[in-house]
Amino acid sequence: MPMNPTRKRRLTIVLSILAAAIVATVLVVLALQNNMNYLLTPSQVQSGEAASYKTFRLGGMVKAGSIQRSSDSLKVTFTVVDAGGAMPVEYTGILPDLFRDNQSVIATGHMDNARFIATEVLAKHDETYMPKELKDAMAKAHANKKIEESPTAQDKMP
Amino acid sequence: MSNWIPLWLHKLGSPPTFYRFAGALQPWAMTLALLLGAVALYGGLVLAPADYQQGDAYRIIFIHVPSAWMSMFIYAVMGVAGFIALVWRIKLAEVVAMESAPIGAAFTFITLVTGSLWGKPMWGTWWTWDARLTSELVLLFLFLGVIGLYHAFEDRRQGARAAAFLAIIGIINVPIVHFSVNWWNTLHQGSTVNVFGQSKMSWDMLWPLLTMTLATKFYYAASLFRRVRTDLLALEGGKDWVRRIAEDEVDR
Repeated sequence: MPMNPTRKRRLTIVLSILAAAIVATVLVVLALQNNMNYLLTPSQVQSGEAASYKTFRLGGMVKAGSIQRSSDSLKVTFTVVDAGGAMPVEYTGILPDLFRDNQSVIATGHMDNARFIATEVLAKHDETYMPKELKDAMAKAHANKKIEESPTAQDKMP
Repeated sequence: MSNWIPLWLHKLGSPPTFYRFAGALQPWAMTLALLLGAVALYGGLVLAPADYQQGDAYRIIFIHVPSAWMSMFIYAVMGVAGFIALVWRIKLAEVVAMESAPIGAAFTFITLVTGSLWGKPMWGTWWTWDARLTSELVLLFLFLGVIGLYHAFEDRRQGARAAAFLAIIGIINVPIVHFSVNWWNTLHQGSTVNVFGQSKMSWDMLWPLLTMTLATKFYYAASLFRRVRTDLLALEGGKDWVRRIAEDEVDR
């Protein structure tokens, strides 16, 4: 396709407007980045990042063995952990099917002293899909490998 | 050697040639779409095993994910065609861009609805304003905006050029939809299927998903060809080649 001056001019105009729009979008997104936190982790909350929010979302993993259900109501307490922190959570209501030990969850609510009072608890699932048999087989292989590896790991220790 | 590709493309860009070309391919594309779609549905709903975590509920992925990919793919096609239409003023590019918009809007709508139906049992909510869901909703509004702007003008070609401009600007949203799960903490999980590197899905679940992806591509081609042919006849109503087709139809 020959590029006559008219086409060249149109090409320049369209490309420069597109470039301007991209620059504008990137600047807006970067400027909003700090306010675009969908969730805060327990360690972020403990370092005081949640102080300016009345309500916020707390995200992390349910600590294994921390789920305690009340016998006479829908109240449930559990601990949400991340790499560097832990936060006790209290919630009254129905939990999603995927809620269990070691599941990533996102809870919406507010702080009450050192406790997080949730009004909604959502379960996050990962991007891995496989049949149950395969998962069990992998878990078994992983466990076997750990047993085999542990003496060699100790050998390497000084 | 170096000449025949641009020559062929140039010829294909002319309305009568494309009309014949699309007419010949359209039934094949539709047949392949229906066949592959049926195979993929059987593979996904019957043959594929249940997921270790989500049980049978994950099976909506065989509709949700191919639709989501199509929503972005069709937007990209619309953006590129819109760009060609604006710079080179090729009539066929205008038609392709404008006729892609309703198909893309439909796929985006299906993505949002199936995602919502999936989100309620698994996440515990129909909707949340996380980056992936919000940017996909913006994509639907962009498609609707392009359709609306196109029809807001008296002159179709003028409308197409204005709408093509919106389509080009909106293309910024496509990488945002794709990378939103990496750039921000979202409720939506990351990518399962990776073109480069290992996919995080076992093969007996992955093949129906990929088959459905092919089926939706062929469906888009078939649907687009049909819509473009109708549009070309309307746009070129006074031309000789359209008159000849009309006369042939009358003779039959």
